[in-house]
Amino acid sequence: MFVRLSAAMAAVCLLGGGAFAQGSAKPTDPQIAHIAYTAGVIDVAAAKQALARSKNKDVRAFAEDMVRDHEAVNKQALALVKKLNVTPEDNDTSRSLTRQASEKKVELSKLSGAAFDQAYVANEVAYHKAVNGALETLLIPSASNAELKSLLQTGLKVFQGHEQHAEHVAAALK
Amino acid sequence: MSPGRSVFAFATMVAAINAVSAHAETIQITMDKMVFSPIEVSASVGDTIAWVNNDILAHTATAQNGDWDVAIAAKNTVSLVLKKAGTIEYYCRYHPNMKGRIVIVPK
Repeated sequence: MFVRLSAAMAAVCLLGGGAFAQGSAKPTDPQIAHIAYTAGVIDVAAAKQALARSKNKDVRAFAEDMVRDHEAVNKQALALVKKLNVTPEDNDTSRSLTRQASEKKVELSKLSGAAFDQAYVANEVAYHKAVNGALETLLIPSASNAELKSLLQTGLKVFQGHEQHAEHVAAALK
Repeated sequence: MSPGRSVFAFATMVAAINAVSAHAETIQITMDKMVFSPIEVSASVGDTIAWVNNDILAHTATAQNGDWDVAIAAKNTVSLVLKKAGTIEYYCRYHPNMKGRIVIVPK
């Protein structure tokens, strides 16, 4: 599903190619803050679903890492928007992220045991890839506030680590 | 206590402090943007390692051989006294990509 998201984001980038130069298709800082925060909330929810369903030690440890890190990054994000007096603004990307996450949650709720573990971790790999791609190519370059940009860069570093960690867990499950 | 004895006690105390500081060092390793820095340090038995976590995330310094497992909360510093010689490979349990090494020589 998140492959679809990254395809959608790529399409947005391509379609907006001309508009980017004029800045009209570029997400604003309040929108970027909303997208980044939403992406974190989604991964925490997915991890909590995994903690409720999985008995695999590595999968559970990974899920605990996701809850700890994404909550820490989002706590910083909230502190930053408060400091900057910015109200995060809902937008199409946030909405499609949330919708697709709900669909995935339903899909995963029908699985258990090793099938659940594999599907959850595979989705974590794809999800982090898509979010990291969006951070690198769209969100970080579009952010105008230096502190927001810096937090997104820190987030990217953290989430790249998650992507690799998820890949290791996925490889061990095979 | 006579003045002579208190001077003696003070001198003994200073000597004791000097003995400790002459041999034991504190080596600082920072954790910044998911990296241990420096990645490798050399130390002697009795030295202290102080991990300074500058990140907004919690980390651990966990020895591969199971000798120690130190949890360092975000924006915190935690110290550990090295008790055994050897080369210790360690990592962060939460972020297994973070790796470091301490080469510990006997005192």
